Amino acid sequence: MKVTYFPGCTLRTKAKDLDLYARRSAEALGIELCEPKDWQCCGGVFVSASDEIATKLSSVRALIDAKEKEQPIVTVCSACHNVIKQTNYAMQNDETFASRVNAYMAQEKNPPLPYAGEAEVLHFLELIRDKVGFDTLKAAVKNPLTGKKIAAYYGCLLLRPGKVMAFDDVENPSIIEDFIRALGAEPVIYPARNECCGGYVALEDPASAKKKSNAVSDSAKNHGAEMIVTACPLCKYNLVKNGSSLPVVYFTELLAEALGVKEV
Amino acid sequence: MENKNERRKEQILRMSGVNPKKCMRCGKCSGTCPSYDEMEYHPHQFVSMVESGDLEPLMSSPSIYKCLSCFACVDRCPRNVEPAKLIEALRLTVIREKGANHLLADQIPALLDEEMPQQAIVSAMRKYSK
Repeated sequence: MKVTYFPGCTLRTKAKDLDLYARRSAEALGIELCEPKDWQCCGGVFVSASDEIATKLSSVRALIDAKEKEQPIVTVCSACHNVIKQTNYAMQNDETFASRVNAYMAQEKNPPLPYAGEAEVLHFLELIRDKVGFDTLKAAVKNPLTGKKIAAYYGCLLLRPGKVMAFDDVENPSIIEDFIRALGAEPVIYPARNECCGGYVALEDPASAKKKSNAVSDSAKNHGAEMIVTACPLCKYNLVKNGSSLPVVYFTELLAEALGVKEV
Repeated sequence: MENKNERRKEQILRMSGVNPKKCMRCGKCSGTCPSYDEMEYHPHQFVSMVESGDLEPLMSSPSIYKCLSCFACVDRCPRNVEPAKLIEALRLTVIREKGANHLLADQIPALLDEEMPQQAIVSAMRKYSK
């Protein structure tokens, strides 16, 4: 299976592990990740105002690349996934927005056909759930993570807004728990798993981010977890920076470990 | 002045797509907001004050920079009012004015540490600056 793979800026710098283990795991699962040639940063956050056009063009370019290759567009970073998925939804559902975006795109060197949200946007976890299947994943596991108690940390970006992301039940998700089970470990359910880590506020108000992050890591610990798993570099940063007593790892790292491709 | 405020309100409603009249004042948005303690005005107040055209206090309050865009208020509102989109529209209305950026590139180096992911920087710049 071939998919368009959008790594995003942080995976090239501070979150290289998130990217590296995604690539190794994809290969082990028979998925070919095709990176768009000149992808641009998604911008990190989706600006919800419908009159914001230019800030969404980088996502549209990536989406058009995937559409032209007739592949789904896959990301591992929660932020990239959120921005690209929300942009695609706006292209499908907001005619005024879409026509303004297409007017910009018509000015490109090799103008593409007008885009109307045709590409399929998948997070790497959705790719595993919907295209590979957790049963197939389970069968591919070489080193089951038996006995490990792992807390899935969804945060906000994978789930919300629920109407747009359609990732899972927005208040009671199960995809990462199913993923953890497929790897042979035991998921830990805790109340703060879909609450915010503080996000970008860490930059100018670290005290605010600390409060939110500690609420998450304490909640996971108090419910018996030994480890927290995330798909988001900023969630990981905030949790670790603010003194999580549990280790915080990327889901791709666990995946590569279970598939036996972490060290090659 | 009155007309200017009316026009501004209309624009905020248009760019956010929010209809504050749908609000039934249950307060769930503020109850679930992780930044409640840091805010001078809370999500439910954003909704009611925009409805009554009381924009100035909101636009000059640091509260517009405390929203995490986590969308908890959006998904947990029983009336689908989407307060976070209203806060975003107010913040944009402020920072789109010339010279009104909340965060400047020159300020960034002093705020960084070795581990800070790029995602935090680009996100903050997108939220706080034009």
